[in-house]
Amino acid sequence: MPDLLEFEEPIAVLLKEIEALSTLAISDDRDREIARLEKRVDAIRGELYRNLTPWQRVQVARHPGRPTTLDYVERLCTDFVELHGDRRFADDHAIVTGTAFYKGQPVLVVGHQKGSDTKQKIYRNFGYARPDGYRKALRTMEMAQKFGRPIICFVDTPAAYPGIESEERGVAEAIALNLREMAMLEVPVIVVVHGEGGSGGALGIAVGDRILMHEFAIYSVIPPEGCAAILWRDSAKKVEAAEALKITAPDLLALEIIDEIVIEPVGGAHTNPAQAAALLDVALQRAMNEVAALGVQERLDQRYAKFRKMGSVGIVEA
Amino acid sequence: MAWFKKARKPIATPEKSSRVPEGLWVKCPECDTIIYTKDLVKNLHVCGKCAHHFRLSATERLKTLFDGERWEELAPNLTSNDPLKFTDTKPYKSRLANTQKATGQKDAVIVGVGRINGVEAVVASMEYSFIGGSMGVVVGEKIVRGIELALARRAPVVIVSCSGGARMMEGALSLMQMAKISAALARLDRAKLPYISLLTDPTTGGVTASFAMLGDLNIAEPKALIGFAGPRVIEQTIRQKLPDGFQRSEFLLERGMLDLVVDRRELKAILEKTIRFMSSSPVTQPEG
Repeated sequence: MPDLLEFEEPIAVLLKEIEALSTLAISDDRDREIARLEKRVDAIRGELYRNLTPWQRVQVARHPGRPTTLDYVERLCTDFVELHGDRRFADDHAIVTGTAFYKGQPVLVVGHQKGSDTKQKIYRNFGYARPDGYRKALRTMEMAQKFGRPIICFVDTPAAYPGIESEERGVAEAIALNLREMAMLEVPVIVVVHGEGGSGGALGIAVGDRILMHEFAIYSVIPPEGCAAILWRDSAKKVEAAEALKITAPDLLALEIIDEIVIEPVGGAHTNPAQAAALLDVALQRAMNEVAALGVQERLDQRYAKFRKMGSVGIVEA
Repeated sequence: MAWFKKARKPIATPEKSSRVPEGLWVKCPECDTIIYTKDLVKNLHVCGKCAHHFRLSATERLKTLFDGERWEELAPNLTSNDPLKFTDTKPYKSRLANTQKATGQKDAVIVGVGRINGVEAVVASMEYSFIGGSMGVVVGEKIVRGIELALARRAPVVIVSCSGGARMMEGALSLMQMAKISAALARLDRAKLPYISLLTDPTTGGVTASFAMLGDLNIAEPKALIGFAGPRVIEQTIRQKLPDGFQRSEFLLERGMLDLVVDRRELKAILEKTIRFMSSSPVTQPEG
């Protein structure tokens, strides 16, 4: 059973009851009661998830059981071959890249990888990528371009790693170069923000022709805690900050920052990773087909126009 | 009715700024020398004794770069309409209005077209006293318009960064300005037009992680704070004090992230020479 979040408390009681019942001797009565409770759990869960606050979405997006990039790759692609290293300094474990086949077509996969258990999390640096990760991403994306292969980018990071070696090796330059070069990649680039879209660390692999975003994912210029600490001078105001920053998928769709919301299973992707992948599959394939149908120049022009108009909603001529 | 009205001036941003205050004399924060303000201005706001670089306003900066202190300003009236209806301890709308009043600017960048030693150039200059020089939708739009104008006129671009990064009060829209400006710079790059990035104190966050690091030349003023994450965030992450000089221009130069560190008094000459190198005559340019 996946870990429950604090706002899922009403479900927890019922789940405990179900657990207790299932230890009793098998009987029709018992099974009927379990079925009734399970239905109730689904109903409450549906109700909760229809009305999530922004801060609750942050918690869902950061859920330890949330499917990772490699979970999606495993479910949606075949013949994945992971590629390592930036050929400059290191192999960053917080960003994975590799060749794969999606619907039988060769694609390059790039994505942040958070890791699911403690050991993996440490190995993946909790998804905090270093400059080497962004450079590996660009290196492999240019390789994909050389062979005319589309690129799928999976975004799920709290932020780029804020540490000494990150700064020393120029994490800012690495992200900046990706932004510029991804704008000019001749092949289709589909971006899937499936977990945390953490600021520049997310954007560094998130310039593309279509930006898909999971229903309960978040995408923000700064973590709510950080924003609260700076603007409210009190990190406890994270709930208010999450609200104010407009970081949810519906908000970002309205601001025309993303193109499409990928629906998640009731209760979030972590409750049913297989179904989450199947739901993504539909959106991903449609986006891929649309973008692949364009000629190179047309695609580049549309990509430019897409980012060119971002922010226009917020400008007036005084 | 009272005889006298209390005239209240807007409160200035309470930060340890190195901007030259109004007044006849200024004390250098580095070496404590008392400097006659007129001398300081004549010396491009650099301390004559210890070469401390005082922070320049966007307008002062443009004056030091353009011939005859003259330029034509691009899209001066663009302003933010507070797209998120953002409120923290006070509404962003009133924060904007107050800052506009205090600075006389509509937002945190001035983009001008003028001449640098006779060569027509587009220069974008950021205003730190406008909400920390933060990059919102207006900054993004103005800079992109500048780049597109340079593309049309085949002119070089200079962007003077002086910014804490993206503007939180405009949320992910401000984040996207990084991609928007970088995409425009990609076009400038492919058109083989010069782009010089000048990094001044401070240049951090999303500004560093986009246009500030994308110059054909990345030039910094001495001792400027330049980085992605702020020093405090890094200290919290690694739970130790950062070494002296970390994230300063000279540190970045040693780590290979900058082309050069230039004293402000030499800057215009360096710009002239390097732009001359990059804007070679069409005859020597290979076709294609």
